[in-house]
Amino acid sequence: MTTRRRFLVLAGGALASAAAEAQLPPNIEALRKAALGDAVRKVTGGAQVRRGRVKLDVPPLIDNGNTVPLSVEVESPMTGANHVKAIHVFTEKNPQPYVITAHLGPRAGRARISTRARIADTGTVLAIAEMSDGSFWSDSVSVVVTLSACLEDGLI
Amino acid sequence: MSRVVVNLPQRARRGEIIEIRTLAAHAMETGFRRTHLGEPVPRDIITRFTCSYNGVEVFSADLHPAVAANPLIAFSTVATESGTLEFRWTGDNGYSAAHSVSIRVD
Repeated sequence: MTTRRRFLVLAGGALASAAAEAQLPPNIEALRKAALGDAVRKVTGGAQVRRGRVKLDVPPLIDNGNTVPLSVEVESPMTGANHVKAIHVFTEKNPQPYVITAHLGPRAGRARISTRARIADTGTVLAIAEMSDGSFWSDSVSVVVTLSACLEDGLI
Repeated sequence: MSRVVVNLPQRARRGEIIEIRTLAAHAMETGFRRTHLGEPVPRDIITRFTCSYNGVEVFSADLHPAVAANPLIAFSTVATESGTLEFRWTGDNGYSAAHSVSIRVD
């Protein structure tokens, strides 16, 4: 049964979230791209990032953005002199670009990590590997998300 | 309260690369959601995970709100000697969980 009070509370909530939605700046796409660029620069310190040596594995079509299996594998002998120091994963469309940063070393034996991510919207997922010689390598995958993370949960 | 699951082989040959999979039961509340009244739900996530092998840190990770609920982290390490692997999760609101597993290396 919907009482008047319950209706008002729900309507108020809907209005409030609509207002929150409206507060998103109109140039949100450019802002998120800039945030991703800043996040990458923070990791690389402005060094060049080359494509290759990294294999990012994400399903290209995602039904549910709330749990997206992803794994990153980097070609590296993983010796004391030549190994992967860190693997960084970013997304383009989330409110924040960061997903996970994994710190590895020669004791990992093999440079491969897996996790599950939340992906808010159709866009690019980016993985960057930081090598012990100071070089950076990357791989990116374009994904299509049908049920978005974050947004669908807005009214719980 | 803080439930975690860690999966790795109990025995390994010296020098073998072993796969370790870890799960922690945690909602990973992003801080971007709102209640039906429009109030923001505060962020509550695990921010850091570490794995130590006989007291030496061999793997760590920084987590962000974009990691799914009940975070799964899978990685590998070289079985160097018999001993203990210790796993630790820390996060917002003083969250802390730890688990250790012993391994026999022949």
